Amino acid sequence: MSTTRQLCTFLLDGQLFGINVDCVLEVIRSLPITQVPLAPEAVCGLINLRGQIVTAVDLRKRLELQPPKNGVMPRMNIIIRTTEGPLCFPIDEVGDVMDVDSHLFEPVPETMTGVARKLIESVCKLPDHLLLVLKGDFGELAGV
Amino acid sequence: MNELINEFLVESYENLDQYDSGLVELEKNPSSKETVSSIFRTLHTIKGTCGFLGLSRLEAIAHAGENLLSLVREGTLPFTRPIATALLATGDAVRSILSELEKTGEEGTADYSELVATLIRLQKPEAPEEESAPAPATAAAPAPKAAAPAAAKPATPPAVATVAAPAVAPAPTPAAAPKPAAPAEVKTPAKPKAEGSEHAPAAKVTDGTVRVNVDLLDRLMNLVGELVLTRNQIVQLAGTIESAPMQAACHRLNHITTELQDRMMKTRVQPIDALWSKFPRTVRDLARMCGKEIRLETEGAETELDRTVIEAIKDPMTHLLRNSVDHGVESPDDRRAAGKNPEGRILLRAFHAAGLVTIEIVDDGGGIKVERVKTRAIERNLITAERAAQMSTQDLVNLIFLPGFSTAEAVSNISGRGVGMDVVKTQIEKIGGMVDMSTEVGKSTTCRIKIPLTLAIIPVVIVGCRGERFAIPQTNLLEVIRLDKNLTVETVHETPVVRLRGNLLPIVFLDSVLNLKSGSRHEIQHLVVLQAGDRHFGLVVDTIHEAEEIVVKPLGRALMSLSCFAGATILGDGHVSLILDIYGLGTRASMFQGTRSSHTLEDESKSAAGKGAGTTFDELLVFSVGGTRAAVPLDMVSRLEEFGAEQIEYSAGRQVIQYGGSIMPLISLAHALGMRDTPSSDGRVQTIVYTEGSRSVGLLIDGVEEIVRSSVEVQPSGRRSGVMGSAVIGKQITELIDTHELVRTHASELFH
Repeated sequence: MSTTRQLCTFLLDGQLFGINVDCVLEVIRSLPITQVPLAPEAVCGLINLRGQIVTAVDLRKRLELQPPKNGVMPRMNIIIRTTEGPLCFPIDEVGDVMDVDSHLFEPVPETMTGVARKLIESVCKLPDHLLLVLKGDFGELAGV
Repeated sequence: MNELINEFLVESYENLDQYDSGLVELEKNPSSKETVSSIFRTLHTIKGTCGFLGLSRLEAIAHAGENLLSLVREGTLPFTRPIATALLATGDAVRSILSELEKTGEEGTADYSELVATLIRLQKPEAPEEESAPAPATAAAPAPKAAAPAAAKPATPPAVATVAAPAVAPAPTPAAAPKPAAPAEVKTPAKPKAEGSEHAPAAKVTDGTVRVNVDLLDRLMNLVGELVLTRNQIVQLAGTIESAPMQAACHRLNHITTELQDRMMKTRVQPIDALWSKFPRTVRDLARMCGKEIRLETEGAETELDRTVIEAIKDPMTHLLRNSVDHGVESPDDRRAAGKNPEGRILLRAFHAAGLVTIEIVDDGGGIKVERVKTRAIERNLITAERAAQMSTQDLVNLIFLPGFSTAEAVSNISGRGVGMDVVKTQIEKIGGMVDMSTEVGKSTTCRIKIPLTLAIIPVVIVGCRGERFAIPQTNLLEVIRLDKNLTVETVHETPVVRLRGNLLPIVFLDSVLNLKSGSRHEIQHLVVLQAGDRHFGLVVDTIHEAEEIVVKPLGRALMSLSCFAGATILGDGHVSLILDIYGLGTRASMFQGTRSSHTLEDESKSAAGKGAGTTFDELLVFSVGGTRAAVPLDMVSRLEEFGAEQIEYSAGRQVIQYGGSIMPLISLAHALGMRDTPSSDGRVQTIVYTEGSRSVGLLIDGVEEIVRSSVEVQPSGRRSGVMGSAVIGKQITELIDTHELVRTHASELFH
């Protein structure tokens, strides 16, 4: 029996990522970020989301990806809901919301190492490329 | 449930709280017309609304109470204690019927005829001075349902013609016991219905508040935030258009938005009085139960707290208050014997301090018997006897917060069941607070609760540093000074200081503490003088912006570990700013402990001969030597100097150094105290210069740690030459050096 999962997808460093659509609160254009001195490296700062203060986390750093070329700052933010409050991720580009058949999911390959392993829940084999599905866990995502 | 009834319940519960405190107030000050009127109004409103809703039993009780009260109001009856007790019992009865109503939608079947009878009996001026019948709310008399309404009719007093019940025929002799007359039930509701409609609107006038769902408030708050952002964009866009009316409209929009945001923020807080107003009743009842006389006083009842915080401290505070009444304040006889006012006093005090809300419960009772606490704790295996022997009085007192601790000789039904203080502590710690006890035997006990002001509104000053803005709580702020040629930063041993009105103030650069690198420092900087606990230090920032009142929002879990920040806030323009935690900042800058924060010491040296164990000092220089913490009284230090290790020369087998044109002998303090020398790693040596008369000697130390300006008591330790004893400074054992004796032992040729 096959079921489908709805994933909200986005691009970061040329790679397609997805996160459970239920976790996603909204996608917004970038807002001014207040930097937090002495904060963990992956925390880029705080944003004001309509009166709520949300911690912004640099997924590139968390996933040990390359920093953006030419120093171009990400233009979009994806806000997700976690058990410990919302988190904001600056992303390069937002993709579609996809309905993905559950048989296309596979666990993370054994050989994958590093931090990314803790953050990625599964790999989804789309016809033309791979989609990495993120976990919605606050601690892992924020790196604390 | 019917919405009307629901509203009635909410309103009545609130009114009843006022009713209780009003009565207690009245007991203290029976002549206050205002208080009587307000209590009367409360009861009258309840009665009136009952009529509307057809709640006949409730109405009967309220009616009887009201009749009694109206006599008091007119001055026909003096307000006596039995009356107070009966009226309070009326409040309780009303409450319990209300809660029954809430649960079942019915008035319930509890019988209140006795209470009603008491209320009626008391209406006769010559009513006997007995107060043995406080009419428990749930008397189990088998009287049928109709009893209470029936009693209401004869209750109408002859004297009251004005408000209470104009239509009812006077009943000259109030019935001693109500007749269980079933038909009465049918008649009674009809009459008050008319009466209620007559009076209910009048009572509503006093009500200046509206109940709003908190979720709605939160939504509004967020919407206002959004409005602020939109306002900013519009103002920015308008700046590009040359149009005077547009500018004016923007200006107004700006103004209104700011004000709206400001007011919105204030909707989330309540004065602590919202909780405290319940306490006079609690204390009164408990005190009477224990046969004590206690006056409850409050200070700072207007202190504002987030409503969730108020809710969270309700139980622990009630518990602590019960403890104060039951165990704190002594019985009137004991108090008289101790030469105190037989009436005890409990003071509730609340204030904002050091970024926290502090609540104190102070009683002037017998204090906590520390020895008994100690014995009990050992008996119960909560601590070992050895450990107890080392503990300070303060720490011993706080043992009562350990789980399973109780010193009450007998378990009373008020407190002392051994579950309690630990629960209080847990509850307060759960909301990030602290609680501690201090006591003065025979005089008082103070319980101090400190709760973080999460969500509380605090006044701050916004400062700028390298293009970022930070909020500094005004409670920590002493003054702001511009740094210019009249006030410059100097350094002592690489530690920056400024001379402020003759005193040296250690300072910290905000950008260096926080590792701020972007942008550049302003040419002209400002010094913010701060206070954390009893320490002062200066913080150098670029600019001083405005003073604002802000709502503190917690940092998310990802940033919780940053001790330098107390939270974040959203400024008027929608910008997120961090709130500095002054204590955390000072700690990070080693302002309180750790590395050097030295001052130059110009004091003339004095002989400390004869000082020893038991002496106290007010100012000490703490330093490290041979891996140990040691200290000397500040007045024994003439200077602190740093030399290159290569400057040390030898003369007559002694280390010396050229200092101020003469030769100064050096004493290795580590060596003198029988410790190992620790060679300096950077080729520099630190010395304390000690001068007596015209002679100086340099004491070699590892490094200066801090200057302590609090009273320190020296405790004797094993007798060693040159050591006075030891003391606990900054929670660490510190050896106190007797310089006077030391130099005589180790440089005897110079000082004798």
